[in-house]
Amino acid sequence: MSGSNPKSAYWAGFRSGSPFVLVVGPFALLFGVVATNAGLDLVETMTMTVLVIAGASQFTALSLMQEHAPTFIVLATALAVNLRLAMYSAAMVPHLGRAPRWLRMLTAYLLLDQVFAVAITRYEERPDMSMGEKIAYFLGAASPIVPLWYLFSWVGAVAGKAIPPQYALDFAVPITFIALVAPMLRSLPHVAAALVSVIAALALAGLPFDMGLIVAALLAMMTGAQVERLIARRSRGDA
Amino acid sequence: MISDKTTLWIVIILLAAGTFAIRYSFLGLLGRRSLPEWALRHLRYVGVAVLPGLVAPLVVWPAATGGTPDAARMAAALVALAVGMWRRSVIASVIAGMGMLYAVEYLS
Repeated sequence: MSGSNPKSAYWAGFRSGSPFVLVVGPFALLFGVVATNAGLDLVETMTMTVLVIAGASQFTALSLMQEHAPTFIVLATALAVNLRLAMYSAAMVPHLGRAPRWLRMLTAYLLLDQVFAVAITRYEERPDMSMGEKIAYFLGAASPIVPLWYLFSWVGAVAGKAIPPQYALDFAVPITFIALVAPMLRSLPHVAAALVSVIAALALAGLPFDMGLIVAALLAMMTGAQVERLIARRSRGDA
Repeated sequence: MISDKTTLWIVIILLAAGTFAIRYSFLGLLGRRSLPEWALRHLRYVGVAVLPGLVAPLVVWPAATGGTPDAARMAAALVALAVGMWRRSVIASVIAGMGMLYAVEYLS
């Protein structure tokens, strides 16, 4: 089997991350186009995309700046969109927490939705992976995705204004997120958590600063954990 | 148009620093401690807790229609979800979802 040493773990990660270039590419392209149309020059667009490297918050910041929202609101809202990354960071602790500081900083920078989804799935499937293999797998998954993110942001910024709206690229973003989630719905607790997340996020959409999403996510995590416990207790009772 | 370049650069730098701080938070601070079982049990559901909530308002109130619910986008989302669960494949899900959206928009 692949993944038995860091080198093969890297390439296993690379293969798992590769399909995402098809979704990250258009997403990055879209950001380049939107940023250019919002009045950012090439240096501004690329600085933002390389340093922030979190598309949803970049779109959020751009749209609020276009509405001339106060700087504090722009930052608070865009960072609230990124609070989910703190939960990814916490989820990585059992797997990467004992790595040297520079590796933890590197993996933190590369902690994108897609890289996280690929890595956490593998770590749960294979609890016997060594930490070296886990790091190699993580870096492998990021390798095809992150350079493509830079490249296609640049292509979007340069080629800019030529994409007509009938291509409905706006909806590539939600479709990407759905495609990431669907394969994760592999047990009853996962499905229950996802349902609570959707219902609560819609019900709480009016809360300021995107706090509705954070509250919905916390409720959904508690739901998943509780359902898991109930199922475990029942199966013990039956045995 | 964003014309105030000073504000723009302040937002870029602080958003970048803040986002890195969020990503590094637990990995950086708690690196050598292990988390208790109850925390791990909750963290197993981070992915399915955050992403569906992020996407639901984008599907129900899409920006492209000014927030009015749109049958084509709703159908595209459901198809992407169904194909993703059935095939366990991200790419199949994206192709099915966007294909559905283009098909409905073309026919209507």
